[in-house]
Amino acid sequence: MIFSFEIPLLLLLLVTAAGAILVKDLMSAVLLLGSYSFFLSLVWAWLGAVDVAFVEAVVGAGLGTVLFLLTLFGTAPKDTRLRRPPPSLATLIVFPLLGVLLLYAADDLPEFGNPKSPASVHISPTYIEQSYQDTRTPNVVTAVLMDYRSLDTMGETVVIFTAGIACALLLRRNS
Amino acid sequence: MVILPHDSIIVQTLGRFLIPVVQMFGLYVLFFGQYGPGGGFVGGVILGTGMILSVLIFGHDASRSQIAKKVLHADGVGMLIFAGVGGLCMIGGGEFLNYANLEIPGLETASRRSLGIVLTQIGVAVDVAVTAISIVFSLSAEEIIEDSING
Repeated sequence: MIFSFEIPLLLLLLVTAAGAILVKDLMSAVLLLGSYSFFLSLVWAWLGAVDVAFVEAVVGAGLGTVLFLLTLFGTAPKDTRLRRPPPSLATLIVFPLLGVLLLYAADDLPEFGNPKSPASVHISPTYIEQSYQDTRTPNVVTAVLMDYRSLDTMGETVVIFTAGIACALLLRRNS
Repeated sequence: MVILPHDSIIVQTLGRFLIPVVQMFGLYVLFFGQYGPGGGFVGGVILGTGMILSVLIFGHDASRSQIAKKVLHADGVGMLIFAGVGGLCMIGGGEFLNYANLEIPGLETASRRSLGIVLTQIGVAVDVAVTAISIVFSLSAEEIIEDSING
């Protein structure tokens, strides 16, 4: 039975996400966000996207939390507590409406794992059938990322490289 | 904020034990990415995180952290590996990043593509690891806190 595992996980996601937004102390918010990423990676693993789950766990729950904490330690203590104004009336009306609209639209999405959905009939069957003969790589995800779509991956690498350079330029003052 | 060595003996002992394990696991994830979950990105982040851990535990000036400082000089090497493999493919007479054109005698097309995947994954891993360490050093450099105090 699928739902026996999904619903507690979804509740944990909701609780940690709401906690990260509502909590007053920034340090607690960062740690809650890390645990949110960890539960999200469990969801990815549960849905069968193990590579995505791996990235989410390592980057979201590991590296991201460390970077947030270092930023917090680098700021003055008075900055780490938040005073939030209560949400305005427009927010209270617009966002629930948007949520209902998105839920209504999600009803038209193809069923999860449906082999006849547009995403599963276009080019994925070719990749799944031929990636091993083409590249001797049993992991289809790696074959797609690194071989069929290697130019996209190079673009992502350039993005990461640029982010590192930008951080160094903006944050390192002298020396 | 310059990071000082952590004063808890538990953290230091655990770090001494854990960091090599983390690095080994990072290498495993990097090279096992063709056969299971993982790959260059995750492997690079884990490798970088291991070095960040040693900086966080033993401080900026410890001898263990010198590796992380030296690694910073490799900024851009990952990109160079990735684009270099693409360039080698073009030299071999094919399209950019079409690994089937890598000029390696005695290898059939599929094995060449497999090798190309390994090389580009190493490139991604080096790039990501160096970037992660670079961002951590940028965030924790000494000059930042002095500037924010002085105005």
